[in-house]
Amino acid sequence: MSGVGSTEPPKSEGSGLAAAVAGISLLASGTPLKVSIAATLASLVLVLVVFELIRSRRLQERYALLWLLTGIVLVVLSAWRGGLNTIAGWLGVRGYPPAVLFAVGLLFVIVVLLHYATVISRLADQNVILAQRLALLETRLNEGLAPEPAAVASEAPASPATR
Amino acid sequence: MRRIAIVPAYNEALNIGRVVDELRAFDAGLDVVVISDGSSDRTVEVAAAHGAHVIRLPFNLGIGGAVQTGFRYAWENGYELAVRCDGDGQHDPAELPKVLEPVLAGEADICVGSRFTGADGYRSSMTRRIGIRLLALVVSAIAHQRVTDTTSGFQALNRRALGLFAGDYPHDYPEVEGMVMTIRHRLRLCEVPVSMREREHGRSSITALRSIYYMVKVFTALFVGLFRRPVPPLEDA
Repeated sequence: MSGVGSTEPPKSEGSGLAAAVAGISLLASGTPLKVSIAATLASLVLVLVVFELIRSRRLQERYALLWLLTGIVLVVLSAWRGGLNTIAGWLGVRGYPPAVLFAVGLLFVIVVLLHYATVISRLADQNVILAQRLALLETRLNEGLAPEPAAVASEAPASPATR
Repeated sequence: MRRIAIVPAYNEALNIGRVVDELRAFDAGLDVVVISDGSSDRTVEVAAAHGAHVIRLPFNLGIGGAVQTGFRYAWENGYELAVRCDGDGQHDPAELPKVLEPVLAGEADICVGSRFTGADGYRSSMTRRIGIRLLALVVSAIAHQRVTDTTSGFQALNRRALGLFAGDYPHDYPEVEGMVMTIRHRLRLCEVPVSMREREHGRSSITALRSIYYMVKVFTALFVGLFRRPVPPLEDA
């Protein structure tokens, strides 16, 4: 489609510009159906995979909600071509509306990653607390079970084998 | 019969003493275990001073993790009957006989005290009431049984129910999913009207933004739960 405009030699300054504008508007006219179908299928697969991960308890709901939101938004934007074109228009994306899919997908990936960074930080903090508590308990247990140094000295003459 | 009150508490130093006192006054043979969910105030010291067993979680697990700690404690120590009440004082121990009666009579495995079946109204914001009503409708449909208050933490459980929840309990906001789990495991669930009090000190942990997250999360969990195979409960050898 883009070749049509460029192969025709410009007749004059004004009509050349008009042809170029027409070419752009042709390009901007919509999301190709194939792209829409492929993107919808890919997004649906994402939603289904997330669902199955929650169902099999490999993913907790609290960490799945962002992924589900990502998947659902992408499904809607991919399947609803008119909506994608309109949003592309709002954002000033000329020529290729599916670029908005990339932008939205990337935005969500950034948000999910940032969320994970906070989750990892919290886990790291909790891990430190757990290790400290465990070590303190172990120390208390060892010190409680070990005989007092004085008691060891006084019992030393009696052979432990006879007990 | 060995019986225990399970009281989750997060920074409830101002309320927990009275809660423990009232529980012990209600029934001298009732052991009280307070689970301090990573409290940074004097909840642990106050609860212990008032004669409760205290479990101190090293950090905040959230209500589900805290309550399940109590269920596991009760299970491992061979308790046959457990009641659960919140550490903020909104559950009145004087209402305990109402939730205990069906369980003691062997008519139910879990009995939940509901704020809404009773005559006296419970003061709450409009949006919260709508959310609670919606949850009740959905859970009633799944359970094939009418429930009115899916978020109540005022419950009595027998050992069978203890085994179920000691083995598997939802994380964030457990009461709703807990009800559905009960039904799916074919345990008998019942609901009785109780009146609850307003909390005296401090603020509830539920805010507007959290309630939206709550609804989304709970409905996701309920939906996915329909496709999930139940986890076998703990059983006595």
